[in-house]
Amino acid sequence: MDDLTLDAVRAGEAGLADLRIHPETLERQAVIAQQHGNPQLAANLRRAAELTSLPDEEVLAIYEALRPGRSTGAELTALAGSLAARGLPLNAALVAEAAEVYARRGLIR
Amino acid sequence: MAGPVTGDPGRSPGETTARSEKLIVKSGRERFMDAQRVNLDGFAVPDASLGLVAMDAPADPPPSLVIAAGRVVEMDGVTEADFDSIDAYIARHGLDLDVAAETMALTDTNFARLFVDTCTPRAEVIRLAAGATPAKLARVLALLRPAELTIAMTKLRARRTPSNQAHVTNRLDDPLLLAADAATAAAFGFREVETTVPVLADAPSNAVACLIGATVAAPGVLIQCSVEEAAELELGMRGLTSYAETVSLYGTEQVFTDGDDTPWSKAFLTSAYASRGMKMRVSSGAGAEVLMAGAEAKSMLYLESRCVALARAIGAQGVQNGGIDGASVAASVPSGLRELMAENVMVMARNLESCSGNDALMSESDMRRTSRTLPIVLAGSDFVFSGFGSIQRYDNMFGPSNFNAEDIDDFLAMQRDWGVDGGLRTVAPGRLLGLRREAAQVCADVYRYLGLADFSHVDLAADAAGSKDLGETDTLAVLGAAQAIRHRGLTVVDIVTALDECGYPEYAERTLAFVRARLAGDYLQTSAIFDEQLSVLSLVTDPNDYAGPGTGYVPPPARQAEIDAIRQVRGVEDLRRSQSAAAIPGLLRPVGAASAGTSPRDVVIGVSPALGVDVWQCLSGASVADVLREVLAGLEEEGCAGRVVRFPATVDLGQIGLAAARLSGSGIAIGLQGKGTALIHRRDLAPLANLELYSVAPSVTLELYRLLGANAGRHAKGATPDPARNPYSDEAIEARYHTTVIALMELERARVVPGAAPVELSLEGLR
Repeated sequence: MDDLTLDAVRAGEAGLADLRIHPETLERQAVIAQQHGNPQLAANLRRAAELTSLPDEEVLAIYEALRPGRSTGAELTALAGSLAARGLPLNAALVAEAAEVYARRGLIR
Repeated sequence: MAGPVTGDPGRSPGETTARSEKLIVKSGRERFMDAQRVNLDGFAVPDASLGLVAMDAPADPPPSLVIAAGRVVEMDGVTEADFDSIDAYIARHGLDLDVAAETMALTDTNFARLFVDTCTPRAEVIRLAAGATPAKLARVLALLRPAELTIAMTKLRARRTPSNQAHVTNRLDDPLLLAADAATAAAFGFREVETTVPVLADAPSNAVACLIGATVAAPGVLIQCSVEEAAELELGMRGLTSYAETVSLYGTEQVFTDGDDTPWSKAFLTSAYASRGMKMRVSSGAGAEVLMAGAEAKSMLYLESRCVALARAIGAQGVQNGGIDGASVAASVPSGLRELMAENVMVMARNLESCSGNDALMSESDMRRTSRTLPIVLAGSDFVFSGFGSIQRYDNMFGPSNFNAEDIDDFLAMQRDWGVDGGLRTVAPGRLLGLRREAAQVCADVYRYLGLADFSHVDLAADAAGSKDLGETDTLAVLGAAQAIRHRGLTVVDIVTALDECGYPEYAERTLAFVRARLAGDYLQTSAIFDEQLSVLSLVTDPNDYAGPGTGYVPPPARQAEIDAIRQVRGVEDLRRSQSAAAIPGLLRPVGAASAGTSPRDVVIGVSPALGVDVWQCLSGASVADVLREVLAGLEEEGCAGRVVRFPATVDLGQIGLAAARLSGSGIAIGLQGKGTALIHRRDLAPLANLELYSVAPSVTLELYRLLGANAGRHAKGATPDPARNPYSDEAIEARYHTTVIALMELERARVVPGAAPVELSLEGLR
């Protein structure tokens, strides 16, 4: 963050990667949210910290997969497994829970 | 944000739907009432089966919560097996089960009282609300009356310092006009700017133009470009925008699904925005479910309570509600405006940022739309408007907002009238044109440097009140620029480079400093905005500490001065200057002590201490010289001779007129003050009695002053005068002139010499 200076821009040393928020920053903000009476905001920021490791296209693809009627139950379960295997347990839990509720509420493909 | 508002162009004022076949014959008074603009508005027969009821519908469930082994097994009358997807998400993630039993055991009334009781701290209400089910919170909010909602909002909003958001859009997506208008919005004090597009593909260009324009005017203004999710996320990932708020939630599963989302997809999207360091809030609000025929016979407030509980459950930091696109639906039913405000307070009680609606024109009546917004201005909100239409109504691509460009001065006056901070400030006269030109020029330079487009209408955009003032523009060039930004993957770093290379290192550094500040992540906390020093003000750094009179947010002295100093204020010295500009040196030369007249045709015109000394122009705009000439001419018409005598001892017109009558050979006199108030007096009357009085000085024409002279002459001769009628009008005459009257009277008072004898004045200067 401190590297993002006008000199760095002039030297051509600043790019898209320098615009990305750091997962540790999000974890620190999650702690603050928890301390200020909002554990749900904290949970969101922790899911976000995990997602910093995924490319933009994949983030958008997971969003698409979670929309109504886009995925089968098996596809959602597989997606949850894949996320868990890659070190995104919180997002994996979110997708797994979606798979369970979607099946009951007719939201799967 | 607000979507396009659909009106019914087929209706004209006064048209009403026949309630029965019986022919109604109306009086002129009723026809007059029918013609008022408020009768263009639609008012609905409440119908709970359609969801056309503000609060407490028969089908709203009674609050309930059953917890077994740390898990919610029943909520608001629905058992776990029957939870729909909204129930399920709230039950699993949205409630604080440690406090829920305590909350649900409170009676609705006792809970409602805690919202209003200034001895109960905000934190206690927040703690308890975390354990309230949607039905519980809806019932509690329905108990709060308007004044109580105002207190509750004052106490419960998360951020201590109120703020405001602007819509900046135009019909043409013209980048130079967007830049000039974003700069204007930032100059007026808006801390968030929301843009959108009539042409979807133009979105990247709009984001860049607003970013540049806002940066020219002030550091730290958050920018949003409201478009489809993937496109919006992409703009955010590239640092071109800095917040999102159009992530919609709905109160029934059917409508949620029709909106092509689920609570889980929205929860994921919420995290996706945060993962790219972008602030976001969700959108909900009454009326959406009704409009989509999916309200399931529930009240607007109950359905919104589900949305707000879900917003908290998915971890969004804030909610835009208070009707939004459906504001006029709520406004069509009894207690609808109360419901809209209750939605905002509910968000605050759930410890979330409130972006409080007021962003869709909910009435054709100026009084109704003011009535809708005023309580929120008085209480103060994180964002008083979720889009004040800072631009022309016709340029607002969300549809007109509840307040628009023509209302900015009104809003600034409202802040000043009530001594409250609605987030806006006056822009110094003359500053806007230069600022707008700079913003448009910088935008044109950046577009040219980056090879996006070659625009040359900087001066037109700087001066334009709206896009209709631009004439023909090249909309294809805009589309080309937007596509280039998108396909070349331009980021905020490219904008910084362009600003730097085009000779604007200060704006380059300002843009970069803002990116760095956002990367620190503090603005992801509840209710976060940046001030102009790039400090974050949020629930964390600027917590609301209202606990009754003498506590909570009071504008700091510098801010209070800003609120008070609207550009229209005038003081005594301003008036003294404008009066002296109209001075005619030597107009009324003193010629010595005035003596009593002897001729029966002698009529004295008694003038006040400062007339023709410091006061040269009457309230009507006529010069005192012309007024005196007309009065003298009127006297002459009737064969009388007027003379002018100054009475320095008093400013009281009755005293001046009576004293003048006692000097008059005829016993009749005219009294005249510098502001133009005039009367005819007679020597045997009491001071406050008179024969004729021109009390409405601003409306007195030169013809009427001549008539006054003639009537005084007729009185002097014992003839019958034709009394003048005071020219009353429907103008707010007192609002227009009272401040000037006070200043004029001060100029008069300053020239008073107590006990001084009357002075005869020469008529030479009047000839």
